[in-house]
Amino acid sequence: MAEKLPKLAKANLTALVVDDNSVNQSIHHKLLDRLGIQNDIVCNGKEAVDAHSSGRNYDLILMDMDMPIMNGIQATKRLREMGISCKIAGVTTRADEEEKKEFMDAGLNDFQEKPLTISKLISILQNLELYIVKT
Amino acid sequence: MQRQVALIKQSLFDQGYLDEQFMALEELQDDANPNFVEEVSALYFKDSARLINNIDQALERGSFDFNRLDSYMHQFKGSSTSIGANKVKAECTMFRDYCRAGNAEGCLRTFQQLKKEHSTLRKKLEHYFQLARQAGPKETARRPK
Repeated sequence: MAEKLPKLAKANLTALVVDDNSVNQSIHHKLLDRLGIQNDIVCNGKEAVDAHSSGRNYDLILMDMDMPIMNGIQATKRLREMGISCKIAGVTTRADEEEKKEFMDAGLNDFQEKPLTISKLISILQNLELYIVKT
Repeated sequence: MQRQVALIKQSLFDQGYLDEQFMALEELQDDANPNFVEEVSALYFKDSARLINNIDQALERGSFDFNRLDSYMHQFKGSSTSIGANKVKAECTMFRDYCRAGNAEGCLRTFQQLKKEHSTLRKKLEHYFQLARQAGPKETARRPK
C-alpha cells in the first residue's frame, strides 16, 4: 500500500483532527501527514468550534464522537449552524446504527470506524471528492 | 540481530498480543519518524496507566458506578484498538459486557486479568523496541504469515 499512496501536498489540502485521545491524535496526524495534508489537532468539540470562530478554515475535519466538554455530535451541529460547510468525517469506535445515524444527522459528510488506517482515510477523501483517482 | 527482532515480533502476533493494526502503524514509519510506533506505544502506556488508576480508584470505593466504569473502559478499548493491543482489547470488551450486565464480580475479575495482559504487553514491547534500536534501522514492515 505504501508505494501507491497519493501525494496530496500539491493540492494544499488542510485538515483538523478533533479527538481527546493522544494516541488517536498522533495516529491521525501521521496518517494525514503521510498523504501530504497539513493538519492541526484539537482536543474536543469546543476547541474545534473556537478554532473556526477565530477564523481558521480547513478542507476536512476528522471528528471523534466521544469527547469531554463538547462531543462530536454537538460540535458538528454547532459548526453547521455557524455556516461551516467544509467536509466533516466522523471517526469513532461506536458502530451502533442508531448512534451512527445520530452522528450523521448532525451534519457529517462521511463516517469511518476506528481505527483509522491509510485505506480508510483515502476512502474518506475519495467519498468527499477531495481525492480523485486518475483513470 | 535483525532476525532476532523479527522473530520476537512474529511471536507477539502468533501469541495474540498484537494484531494487524500494529503492522499498519509500522507502515507509517518513515525517515522523518523512524520511531513512530515506539512513540505511539509510549503515549498508549502513559494514557492507559492513567485509566487503570482511575478504574482502580473507582473500584476501591466499592460503589459500582457501571456507567462511569464503562466510560473509562470505552476510552481504554479505543486506545488499545488503535495500537493493535489485541489481548488487552479483548479484556476491555469483556469488562464492558460485565458493566452492561451489572456484574460487579465479573468486572473485578476481568480487570485483574486486563492489568496482567497490559503489564505483559508493556514488558514485551519494551524488550522488542530495545532490541530493535540495537539492531539498527528497521526492516520494512512485513505482514506476519
